[in-house]
Amino acid sequence: MSFPWAKQYQPQHPLMQWIDEKLPMPRLVYNAIGAGYPVPRNLNYFWNFGVLAGAALAIQIITGIVLAMHYAANAGVAFNSVEHIMRDVNAGWFIRYAHMNGASMFFIVVYLHIFRGLYYGSYKAPREMVWLLGVVIFLLMMATAFMGYVLPWGQMSFWGAQVITGFFSAIPVVGEPVREWLLGGFVPDNATLNRFFSLHYLLPFVILGVVILHIWALHIPGSSNPTGIEVKDEQDTVPFHPYYTAKDGFGLGIFLLIFVALTFFSPNMLGHADNYIPANSLSTPAHIVPEWYFLPFYAILKAFTFNFLWIDAKLWGVIAMFASIALLFFLPWLDSSPIKSSTYRPMYRIFFWILVFDVLLLGWCGMQPAEQPWVILSQLGAIYYFAHFLVIIPIVSRIERPLPMPNSITEAVLAKHATDTSSASATA
Amino acid sequence: MASESELNAGIEDGVRRRDFINIAAVSFAGVGAATVVLPLVNQMNPSADVLALSSTEIDISAIQPGQAIKTSWRKQPVFVRNLVAKEIAEAKAVPLGDLRDPQTIDERTKPGKENWLITLGVCTHLGCVPLGAAEGENRGDFGGYFCPCHGSHYDTAARIRKGPAPTNLVVPPYEFTSDTVVTIG
Ligand code: HEM
Ligand code: FES
Repeated sequence: MSFPWAKQYQPQHPLMQWIDEKLPMPRLVYNAIGAGYPVPRNLNYFWNFGVLAGAALAIQIITGIVLAMHYAANAGVAFNSVEHIMRDVNAGWFIRYAHMNGASMFFIVVYLHIFRGLYYGSYKAPREMVWLLGVVIFLLMMATAFMGYVLPWGQMSFWGAQVITGFFSAIPVVGEPVREWLLGGFVPDNATLNRFFSLHYLLPFVILGVVILHIWALHIPGSSNPTGIEVKDEQDTVPFHPYYTAKDGFGLGIFLLIFVALTFFSPNMLGHADNYIPANSLSTPAHIVPEWYFLPFYAILKAFTFNFLWIDAKLWGVIAMFASIALLFFLPWLDSSPIKSSTYRPMYRIFFWILVFDVLLLGWCGMQPAEQPWVILSQLGAIYYFAHFLVIIPIVSRIERPLPMPNSITEAVLAKHATDTSSASATA
Repeated sequence: MASESELNAGIEDGVRRRDFINIAAVSFAGVGAATVVLPLVNQMNPSADVLALSSTEIDISAIQPGQAIKTSWRKQPVFVRNLVAKEIAEAKAVPLGDLRDPQTIDERTKPGKENWLITLGVCTHLGCVPLGAAEGENRGDFGGYFCPCHGSHYDTAARIRKGPAPTNLVVPPYEFTSDTVVTIG
């Protein structure tokens, strides 16, 4: 772990020395996020999003534990207990809106974090394990957020639970029993709500555990950087503290500003009005859509409206939706280019931006009713999504001619510095 | 402590007493663990009160031809529709080969009561309640039911015709207890 020039932890105070001998926890922190962890000197703001995701997880856990003190997981009273939080509990509205919008902020940050990885090739050797653990975290987050959304037991909660557990009924033969096993009944009901609450409380701590593994795996090679060139010697790095604690602190401030602006001025903007209607098992809302962060995957699900080969439309939709995420597990081996950063990959860079557009298009289609032109657009979007990973990336990584690269991080930084100062003096 | 040669003494086939004890102990622990997992998995299945097969009686005397009502059985919505002659004729006119889930209207109704179409109101795609039971709702391209969630169209015999749903709306087990009362379940 870490580079040979990393600063050593040297406790001065006798108490700290005593602790260090018995339980070297402060040493661990020092080596992980303190002055003892050398980090590339050229990280840009896209490297803030990991810390921001950690902050978002902490906010969800704290606000969630507080909500659980007032919430009642019983189908008869759950909806009213959430209204009780909103109207009667002191500052309850604030805690709940923070948790609700905190989930959205968490996903915004994590999506930027993932796309940062795609742009800068962070998933490549030697960081494959970091990427794989990241995909696991993403899956766990989706499960957690889905089950959390069911808890207020509004119309969207109920029908979301019905539709999403319906995915499992697509599995041949055992599908329906599996779905009944998940629900504990034939429709979402009290048994479902109770187990979802239990798991919604548990999973964030599982996520926390996987996050620790994610960082552990990261700290073996250390962070990558915008050039994608690995650290060669001491002048390529600066100590994490104070350099990146300061940079991350600044980013955290911006994140919190956006978060509170959303929570205070537009707390229901990303939500859905139907979820303020109590669950009714006999009437589906006119237009059901999942939370915004699931929309691209929902569009892939909806793109399959016809039977194809021996598999029916329903199973195709479900397979494609799960495959669109599972695909990410194979990315480190689908991309065989040794160059990490898009800065030096002229072809890959273009396809990266097309993928971004494609995912946004799918998200837009996911919001629309199942009518033309949205169906055909989701179909094209879904085909392109799979083609990007399964066809375009393997081909591009073989035929592309990378741009000339600097020899080291320091050389890249100094070259950039030189052009910056010369253009500054030219304009002066 | 017994020495290696002492432990191996008298063993020709290379299997020591220790190996046997080891395998037996670990296997036994494995069986034990599996036995404990079983109730832990099984507790998630529908409990006895949920399973208790309730039956629901429905008075159908007030349903005029062309009308439908929505009621519920085991907390799932049920559609009861009084078909008009034209709807029955439309359903009969469809060649079975055109159907994704081939079934005649006779197989989906009771003999002599083929105007009474009783189905679950649960879309076989992902379980939304289709539209079309109430007056003025969209009944889709085939004049039966329409599920707006992902656009499944059912015909006048509630058979799937278009969209992602794999099968027809389910006909629950039911009996005519009299000419005007139906018992579901
Ligand atoms: C990974 C972190 C988490 C995510 C992504 C998440 C997400 C969500 C979401 C989307 C909702 C629905 C909000 C609404 O519509 O009102 C929710 C509700 C809830 N969550 Fe979480 N949550 C997380 C962590 C936690 C934790 C750690 C706890 C408790 C220990 C918790 C307890 C609750 C409770 C009690 C509700 C229902 C109250 C309400 O609807 O406001 N959550 N969660
Ligand atoms: S649930 Fe009816 S079309 Fe998907």
